[in-house]
Amino acid sequence: MADKLLGKQTMRLKSPPVITARATVVGHREGEGPLGEYFDHIIPDDLWGEDTCEKAERKMMEEAITRTMEASDLTPEQIDLFIAGDLLNQIVTSSFVARQVGQAFLGIYGACSSMTEGMALGSMLIDGDYADHVLVATSSHYQTAERQFRFPVELNIQRSGRAQFTVTGSGAAILSKQGKGPRITEVTLGKVIDLGLRNPEDLGSAMAPAAADTLLQHFNDTGRNVGYYDLIITGDLAAVGATMFADLVKEAGHTLGNKHIDAGTMIYGANPRFKAGGSGCGCSAVVFLGYIMKLLEQGRYRRVLFMATGALFSPLSYQQGESIPGVAHAVVVEAQ
Amino acid sequence: MTYLWAFLFGGLICGLSQLAFDKFNLTTAHILVTLVISGAILEGLGIYKGLVSFGGAGFLVPVSGFGSSIARGIISESKRLGWEGLFTGAFELTGLGVTAAVIFGTLAAIFSRPKD
Amino acid sequence: MMDKAQLDQMRQYQKKVQDKGPKPPMLINFLKAYLIGGLICLVGQGVFDFFAKIEGTQGETVATTLAGMILLGAVATALGFYDDLGEFGGMGAAVPITGFSNSVVSAAMEYRREGFILGLGGKIFSVAGPVLVFGILAGFVVGLVKALAGGYLF
Repeated sequence: MADKLLGKQTMRLKSPPVITARATVVGHREGEGPLGEYFDHIIPDDLWGEDTCEKAERKMMEEAITRTMEASDLTPEQIDLFIAGDLLNQIVTSSFVARQVGQAFLGIYGACSSMTEGMALGSMLIDGDYADHVLVATSSHYQTAERQFRFPVELNIQRSGRAQFTVTGSGAAILSKQGKGPRITEVTLGKVIDLGLRNPEDLGSAMAPAAADTLLQHFNDTGRNVGYYDLIITGDLAAVGATMFADLVKEAGHTLGNKHIDAGTMIYGANPRFKAGGSGCGCSAVVFLGYIMKLLEQGRYRRVLFMATGALFSPLSYQQGESIPGVAHAVVVEAQ
Repeated sequence: MTYLWAFLFGGLICGLSQLAFDKFNLTTAHILVTLVISGAILEGLGIYKGLVSFGGAGFLVPVSGFGSSIARGIISESKRLGWEGLFTGAFELTGLGVTAAVIFGTLAAIFSRPKD
Repeated sequence: MMDKAQLDQMRQYQKKVQDKGPKPPMLINFLKAYLIGGLICLVGQGVFDFFAKIEGTQGETVATTLAGMILLGAVATALGFYDDLGEFGGMGAAVPITGFSNSVVSAAMEYRREGFILGLGGKIFSVAGPVLVFGILAGFVVGLVKALAGGYLF
């Protein structure tokens, strides 16, 4: 049995990497939301001076990375590895930004679970003594996601109450072998779970089973329960998905209660304009890195389980009548 | 008076479409296609003209009216030309609108940006 | 391979999602769609009466009315508020011919970013395609049947 493998899917990091720096850049809608003050930079509009929203999204990720580097004491050459992912086809945002970063690059795709997928991967490489500093970043953008997955922005569509709104935002963080800050102590990697849901307007419900599966597996592997954590934050199940998730977990004997919050419902507050809430890689990234990290640093939380969830479908797959599988990866973050 | 019927019937077609959308979980495309085909069929049966003369724009403006206009053009051209009319007639009445849509669309693309 | 237990679990969960999620307020949506659709048709009636005075035949009036409504839909799309009309009125904005126009113009505006030829040109009908294709198909079949019945096909 592998030395650091707990149970089936959880890895214990014996030298827990530290989150030494981070930064978040968001769009104006997110800036106007309840967490606006926690983000490092709010862009004025979706184009941010560029010709296309795809360029603007890249600019946001670059800005998040620049600010993260400034917040750390590192030079670009000291970054051993850059791990990034996003929602666009072939993860072009991440690949193109990697040109500027200039260091070794691993592109990942976990849909909206990319942030924790990246953090988990980066943590394991640092704990395994393969790197001193790993830069992790993700992004999403409302317009780039709409035109790829759905419809032209000016088209008359009525969204159902279950629909989620892609967050315009990018989060970046540096994980280091040594340093000051909250640490990642365990990671639980998720299986792909598909309960046959087909509605692309209700991704939360499609992802909830995967989130429940990963959480329950985590509890099994570690022997812990809800009480061990001050907070369990999921990204982005949103209003409908969060209810489904809590129900599924309750059926297995764990009551989440107030300990569970969801990045999708937090980013826009209860604003009905955004229906069930936010989604996109950027959602969980900016909420965790901007808001939760601050609370961890202030000591308001000591042990947080951060679990981002992704809906692994493509624009074509649901047109062809396929269902929507989900995945969820979790990282345990403990205050210093 | 026609204005009242235009409102009442036009609204009704839209309202019923909305019910179908909510109740049967259909996509907008499915509903529009159903309407356009219905318009064509009703025109072929000679009914749509009567509906328009009574309800005016209430039947002409919904996309079923578009379907009926396509059928009307095809029927009149095929009466005039025979089988070639089946192919030339589709845009006899609708060509103005479709061409207009392309031109206005291109102009809008040149002078406007999608709003945030 | 899926066993019965897994299939049951799936069905159970799907049912729960259906039952527990927010349901669309059908009456309110019906009324909103009725209102918006009715108003657009009201405007259309005005356009029709305007052209009826100018045009010679009823056919020409119909053609120009459709074009006029298409222009209005295009302008509303270019000014950026037709999507808000759709958010409020649902089918009330999608069903009128202005909805067709909105789908063409919004696609043009969106995809011009990939260039005029490949982007705008290639995708301008991406949303409106089904209406055009099935309108033509239905019209053709209807016309064919009538022509065969009326004996004037050849």
